Amino acid sequence: MSQSPNNRERSSASTRTVRDVVFVDGVRTPFGRAGDKGIYAGTRADDLMVKCVRELLRRNPSLPPERVDEVAIAATTQTGDQGLTLGRTAALLAGLPRTVPGFAIDRMCAGAMTAVTTTAGGIGFGAYDVVIAGGVEHMGNHPMGSGADPNPRFMSERLVDPAALNMGNTAENLHDRFPSITKDRTDAYAVASQGKFDSARRKGLIQPDLVPVATLKPGQGWTLNTVDEPPRPGTTVTDLAALRTPFRPHGRVTAGNSAGLNDGATAALLASSDAAAELGLPVRMRLVSYAYAGVDPEVMGIGPVPATEKALKNAGLTIDEIGLFEINEAFAVQVLSFLEHFGIADDDHRVNRYGGAIAVGHPLASSGVRLMNQLARQFEEDHSVRYGITTMCVGLGMGATVIWENPHHAHYSGMLTGSSAEPATTEPASEGAA
Amino acid sequence: MSAADFTRLAELFPHEVVTHSYVQDIELPAPAGQPSPGTFALITLDNGLDHTKPTTLGPNTLVELGTVLEGLRERASRGEIVGVGVTGKPYFLVAGADLSAVKNLAEREHGLWMAQLGHDVYGTLANLGVPSFAFINGAALGGGLEIALQSTYRTVSTGAGALALPEAYLGLVPGWGGVYLLPRLIGPENAVKVMIDNALSNNRTLSGPQAFALGIADALFEPADFLEQSLAWAAKVISGEAMAERPNAVDPAAPDTAARWSSAVAAGRALVEARTSNAAPAPGKVLDLMEANRTMTQAESAALECETLAELMQTDAFRATVYAFLDLVQKRSKRPAGAPDRTLARPVTKVGVVGAGLMASQLALLFARQLKVPVVMTDIDQARVDKGVAYVHAEVDKLLAKKRISADAADRTRALVTGSVSKDVFADADFVIEAVFEELNVKKQVFAELERVVTPDCILATNTSSLSVTAMAADLKHPERLVGFHFFNPVAVMPLLEIVRAPRTDDAVLATAFELAKSLKKTGVLVKDAPAFVVNRILLRLMGEVTAAFDEGTPAEVADNALRPMGLPMTPFTLGAMVGLPVAQHVQESLHAAFGDRFTVSANLQKLIDNGVKSLWAPAHDGSQEIPESTLSLLSFGTSPSTAEEVLRRTQDALAEEIGLMLAEGVVAGSEDIDLCMILGAGWPLFLGGITPYLDRVGASERVNGKRFLAPGTASSPASGQPAGR
Repeated sequence: MSQSPNNRERSSASTRTVRDVVFVDGVRTPFGRAGDKGIYAGTRADDLMVKCVRELLRRNPSLPPERVDEVAIAATTQTGDQGLTLGRTAALLAGLPRTVPGFAIDRMCAGAMTAVTTTAGGIGFGAYDVVIAGGVEHMGNHPMGSGADPNPRFMSERLVDPAALNMGNTAENLHDRFPSITKDRTDAYAVASQGKFDSARRKGLIQPDLVPVATLKPGQGWTLNTVDEPPRPGTTVTDLAALRTPFRPHGRVTAGNSAGLNDGATAALLASSDAAAELGLPVRMRLVSYAYAGVDPEVMGIGPVPATEKALKNAGLTIDEIGLFEINEAFAVQVLSFLEHFGIADDDHRVNRYGGAIAVGHPLASSGVRLMNQLARQFEEDHSVRYGITTMCVGLGMGATVIWENPHHAHYSGMLTGSSAEPATTEPASEGAA
Repeated sequence: MSAADFTRLAELFPHEVVTHSYVQDIELPAPAGQPSPGTFALITLDNGLDHTKPTTLGPNTLVELGTVLEGLRERASRGEIVGVGVTGKPYFLVAGADLSAVKNLAEREHGLWMAQLGHDVYGTLANLGVPSFAFINGAALGGGLEIALQSTYRTVSTGAGALALPEAYLGLVPGWGGVYLLPRLIGPENAVKVMIDNALSNNRTLSGPQAFALGIADALFEPADFLEQSLAWAAKVISGEAMAERPNAVDPAAPDTAARWSSAVAAGRALVEARTSNAAPAPGKVLDLMEANRTMTQAESAALECETLAELMQTDAFRATVYAFLDLVQKRSKRPAGAPDRTLARPVTKVGVVGAGLMASQLALLFARQLKVPVVMTDIDQARVDKGVAYVHAEVDKLLAKKRISADAADRTRALVTGSVSKDVFADADFVIEAVFEELNVKKQVFAELERVVTPDCILATNTSSLSVTAMAADLKHPERLVGFHFFNPVAVMPLLEIVRAPRTDDAVLATAFELAKSLKKTGVLVKDAPAFVVNRILLRLMGEVTAAFDEGTPAEVADNALRPMGLPMTPFTLGAMVGLPVAQHVQESLHAAFGDRFTVSANLQKLIDNGVKSLWAPAHDGSQEIPESTLSLLSFGTSPSTAEEVLRRTQDALAEEIGLMLAEGVVAGSEDIDLCMILGAGWPLFLGGITPYLDRVGASERVNGKRFLAPGTASSPASGQPAGR
């Protein structure tokens, strides 16, 4: 059905060619604060997801909906309004043709990122031409860990410290491991994140990725949500110094230097580079490599370090060649441990230029695509950067990293949309990698 | 005037379920590359209840909406807002005027206030100083759709259903501007279709896409992000990037419009005459208003609309309609009087139909389609069985061809219906209904055979229209399992099911019958086992009176048209021909046997039957109808003709007498059930309230029984205790 006639790279039984995967577009709902007073209290998670899927199709009218080969949607808690195989239900609810399949996927915070890399693997392999990948988490409807039933063996056999199931505790543990990362530093980082996000928003760099969401609340009527609810612009270090440390008496981790509890959804459109050319879809990033890594669950925040090292190795790149970092800010300490490992300053201009989750929020399984949206926009803004990464830590001790190439860079190695279609190189970013 | 001036009216309704007007300020989304067009005030109409409780427009609701709109007009004048939107809670824009409130407006002046209040509020909406938008997310009936019509722009959801101006059906006029605005917006012909044809087609409504196609809405969006897209469209309209096309709109002052307008009105009048015999005032008033308002200003029309509404609200026809619509069709039909506890009902997983004739085949199709369980038909030989099954399969094919069902559903339904010449196939059936020849001994023999085959708790049912269910049960081993299940023709269309309780029918059997009725999407009414039950007894008493008048020497034209003022769906002779003269005569004979001369058996009718004449009337050369010479020559007449008025009065009195006797016999729980049966089983009009409000209104109840069926005010003006003559 979706076999394009001029798809010369499509694998056959006798030969197989790895194909380039490109990020075409990404959108998200405005993020909300979880809880009864949040903008999405009373709104269904799957409805948030559907808004994103429809917006992607609306923004890319040259894509016939029946050409979508897969809809992969992540959520951490896959019950209730996040249950019933979200990818398929979102596709049906969004009005995609019934011929378009879908599935649900979970890697907690890296859900959407895993949806992207898994379907990207399918594109590279030749199983898909075009996919939608995204994630949703309504943490108001599904408080973290709700309904989970951890195996007692975790405790009886001391496989995992039970405290590691609480992410705040793992962030405190990270402070223990890296005493040089002080609360002053994490607070300063958090204040900067709020400031950078606000500045990016004022410059109109955030709003274009957002799809408005109408919501109805009892006794209030319908309203339209067009902006993120979590950011607290103007936050100062003095403000943050006064906050409680809920995970430990006299601890370091506060609501101010970590991401909040949030509601939101994201979705991205990915394609093989030749399908993008055939369908006239824009190329905003080219996927270079990706990797996942495991670490001690008790210090899950360090996960991005081995994941990034692995992804760099897969790509034949070094950290010095990465011009932009979109790192998820579950906790400031986790970002700083990553930067410290790679010898990058806390306020390095390459890192989270538009601020991060501490300001905008982190609806768990949705965040991966938000990082990609922001990196793609920075690529458009800054053609001097060739490679960027999106990376995040994951509960139970994991890290996730995806490396992307900027199609606007002078030495872009991929195929540009509309250009005569030379098969894209299957060698990862060879230039300068040796 | 302002909405607050109507507070006195609102205070008459302290218990109104108020639909509130909640306002949210929204920064309109910016069309690509532009700044936001500004702040938009969005009103949500919401009564805070779930989708089973539609939002409605009562006096308090309208005063609140009007006050909110006046505040927004102020804000618009200060330049704070660039537009105003109105939408509703899920599934409803707003379902229309609160009929239970309107029906309680005891004085003409109050009705006039109600009409004026609507115009005051909608007038504010139409003159805010900024554009107004209705986002039609769901049902919008009557005053609900008029909110949309009074707005500057409209969007509609593809998922919206139930868009209509049903006033003519309910005994009113679309008098909050609908009758003025609609013909201008969508053209006079379409307006007549919506206001008259649809309304008088048993309240047919429009879907969102149909409303868009007619031009009622300017833009159509899918439900998944209907409000988001509507707001984005509003932003484009306000910033001048989009506009409404309105290809069907007409300028009433344009030279060619006058002719179109008057021919549309004339077509509407012909339709009203055909459907209602002008027996109720409302449909004609709709057309009067539309005819007059072509050359009027909106304000002139509004004044006329208000007067008309005030007048109609005080008519007994309107109150009978509200009684029939709200109290009977909407409420009583869902809670059948006298039905046993539904938890006693037994599951029905296989149905047997004895007989494979036309009625039996219709039953088999209905059971298979609605219950989705195996249905097996039997008859005395294979040819009859094959014919019955073939009929069902052919009907399924027709449904498939009309795209009423999917190919898979058609396959499933066809496979569910099988036939056999042996009743052994009923061994595992839970419910077996007979539809064999109307002859007591035949039916008793069928049930005796069935009892040898079926399980001990299999329910047996008869579709008899005139035989005694009690007598059929007499020799059964398990008489408690027999119930009457009387359908009306055509089975797929008529919503009534008379459920007949014989003296020994047990509660579990009866409860199952009522659950089955609900599963079949029919309204079950409990009736006692009495000859011809309810609908046929009343219809035949009526036909008997008219036929008797004819036999006595009243000209056919006079006799058959004497009941026109009642607005029945067809004349008695036409009805007789449709039922089939032999069938009608057979039931009449049963009733005569049971009740004597109240039901006269016509010798003339028997002559027609004996000579194979199927109808008294035949088409004449000039397109009218006549009684052919060949038919006339068979008949003999008396020498005491009646006038039409005498035939009408005689029939009214006969109906009052018969219904009085039926209630005394306990055939049904109350006169409301008689009315419900006549509406759903005979298609009698709402403005008669079924029948008993009409008989009260014309004084027949008092003349014959010395008392009314219903207390004044139930289906009439509270003050109309006095008979109003004819």
